[in-house]
Amino acid sequence: MFDLVGFGVGGWGAALLKAALTTFALSVAGFLSGAALGALAAFARLSGDRFARGAAFAYSALFRGVPDLLTIYLLYFGGSVGLTVIGGWFGAQGFVGLPAFATGVVALAVISGAYQAEVYRGAFLAIHRGELDAARAYAMSGLTMLRRIVAPQVLRYAIPGLGNVWQLVLKDSALVSVIGLVELMREAQVGAGSTREPFVFFCSAAALYLAIAMITGSLFRHVERRSLRGVRTA
Amino acid sequence: MQTIGKIASMVALTMSALTFSANAWAQEKPTAITIATEGAYAPWNFTGPDGKAAGFEVDLANDLCARMKVKCTIVIQDWDGLIPSLNVGKFDVIMASMFITDKRLEVINFSRPYAIDPSTFAVGKTSALAKSDLTGKFNLNDEAAAQPEIDKMKPLLKGAVVGVQAATTNQQFLKKYLDGVVDIREYKTTQEHDLDLAAGRVDALFGQSTALAATLSKPEYASYTLAGPEFLGGVFGRGTGAGIRKKDTVLLGMFNDAIAAAMADGTIKKLSLKWLKADVTPPQ
Amino acid sequence: MDIAFLADVFRQLMKGAPLTLELAGTSVALGLVLALILAITLQGGRPVLVWPIRGYVTAFRGTPLLVQIFLIYYGLGQFRSSLQTLGLWGLFREPYWCAILALTLNTAAYGTEIIRGGLQSVPFGQIEAARACGMSRSLVYRRVILPIALRQALPAYGNEIILMIKGTSLTSIVTLLEITGIAQQIISQTYRAVEVFACAGAIYLAMNFIITHLLGALEHRLSAHLRAAPEFESSVAVEGGLH
Repeated sequence: MFDLVGFGVGGWGAALLKAALTTFALSVAGFLSGAALGALAAFARLSGDRFARGAAFAYSALFRGVPDLLTIYLLYFGGSVGLTVIGGWFGAQGFVGLPAFATGVVALAVISGAYQAEVYRGAFLAIHRGELDAARAYAMSGLTMLRRIVAPQVLRYAIPGLGNVWQLVLKDSALVSVIGLVELMREAQVGAGSTREPFVFFCSAAALYLAIAMITGSLFRHVERRSLRGVRTA
Repeated sequence: MQTIGKIASMVALTMSALTFSANAWAQEKPTAITIATEGAYAPWNFTGPDGKAAGFEVDLANDLCARMKVKCTIVIQDWDGLIPSLNVGKFDVIMASMFITDKRLEVINFSRPYAIDPSTFAVGKTSALAKSDLTGKFNLNDEAAAQPEIDKMKPLLKGAVVGVQAATTNQQFLKKYLDGVVDIREYKTTQEHDLDLAAGRVDALFGQSTALAATLSKPEYASYTLAGPEFLGGVFGRGTGAGIRKKDTVLLGMFNDAIAAAMADGTIKKLSLKWLKADVTPPQ
Repeated sequence: MDIAFLADVFRQLMKGAPLTLELAGTSVALGLVLALILAITLQGGRPVLVWPIRGYVTAFRGTPLLVQIFLIYYGLGQFRSSLQTLGLWGLFREPYWCAILALTLNTAAYGTEIIRGGLQSVPFGQIEAARACGMSRSLVYRRVILPIALRQALPAYGNEIILMIKGTSLTSIVTLLEITGIAQQIISQTYRAVEVFACAGAIYLAMNFIITHLLGALEHRLSAHLRAAPEFESSVAVEGGLH
């Protein structure tokens, strides 16, 4: 039964592996872009400006409260409309479109950014106040303080939470299949539809997702152990 | 002030990284177009393991593009997103066995039809409909003739669970004429309702004859057959056409000429016999 | 902004809200029971029980919910004859039960980890004191461990409930007509994707907002004994009543 996913002629093994690679690339790109968005949102949430705090809170609440499937659909259909309008300002005529991969990355970035903002915010609040006071007493500029005191510690405390968000991004990448991107879920559906062997294909897809999740999960745990060198924990 | 400059330059960089599908040729002859198909509707259009689309409509699209002397790229898009995506500009033409209906004509334009294929039921060989002697092709534009046939089907189909693809004229037919008589289950793709027919979750399917025939030719459907009368016209519109945005009038003209030529020299007949095992050329 | 259209869409979408809440509620309830059983079993530490449970939790936490739904609905549909001999086909034939099964198994896997974390966070001193009082194991669980563990787990479990409500939107892909399913039906008739999906998103947001606040209130009530006692001035002392 499982020779359908083998590598012979008419075997879908190579196609599934290629799609798994797309899934991985999509997730990595989405996660990293989400890190930038999340850091920005966390910064806004922790700042003194009431408007920035409100906007960051709204962003976080919105994309954690709306189903990711709807977020992906809205960015797919609405994104083109928005981009066309913006493109018009820059003089582009006609339609401006994003390829499906980029749309998927943007969707995953926006969703994971909302979760990552909370993780970074919690990590920042875990830093001892005294260190920040001492840094200011040394007249460190904001950037130096960020580079030498804040960022290393935020990253250290954030890694467990980021590990969870990464797993979320990996699984949400399966939803990007609805906009037509040929990643693992889509390839499994195509295979199941063509060969009418859904069990084989969805089992194989599940196994591949699990493999990626477990390998990257142990990577995160390794990084976590290394980052906590010399730090006393409860 | 500095930050505004930085943000502006970042936005500009992002813009240049985007793909500009410059469809600025609404009023001129295009040289390259993108055609979308569903890729999950064998034998009209389906996706192979390499991710490329193939099938009757893919071959026909390549033929029409050669006649129009444009370069065409074929992309795949889910059925229920085809019309909204066309209108936001993700591609330029839809060729996905989409029927020309008044409802759709409100939002997009269609070329002249390049195929006509009636819809019918696929049922178990032991079911009441299969055992009856109802046959024939009925045009729903002539309701007086079609309605009695539908009424004859009602007792034979009562209580059956019928699978149909969502957002299609097939689903509209069931809703309009058989609502309350059958339990309608809507699926995102025809492949999914095929799977559920084999699994016995649905008792029957309603769809295009050629597509259902292709499905039933597979070994796991040995106990199923096409049965009952075939329907076209009315809610099914005027046949299958290529969907084009309303403002692309030049492209519409090019497609109409190409389709007329393909019909005249028998290309459509040849391709449809090859893929669909039936001649679906529309009457002139 | 076509207010009339949006109002009509909103009205149609709300017809799917009962099914959404039913799917989420049933799977959370069943998942909670299953998670409790599995978490307590994991605490027991018997390898023959621990390894299968760990395997199940890893499998269901490491794969997307969409794949799980497809696997249970279409994948198991391939084995109709075997299921019929087992008498289970009546269950798997219905998309509703397939969805409940997929959602329950998914939430139970996450719930097991959450409750396990809650169980481990119970201060050991309290358990020792309970055992010293002569309580049996089950009594200790019932009166000491579970109340504390479940209260500790409430924030994380609240998150899980929100995730389940979002997860029900995926069941639209197996023909269920909850909010997202109805949204797709409306779009297929009107072709106005952005407005309809935005409306659906707003409904989910409202639901999650209400549930988050209800859970916050529940947390507040349950942790009353952990907060500082409220200050109150005795009118007797102020008026110099008591000397």
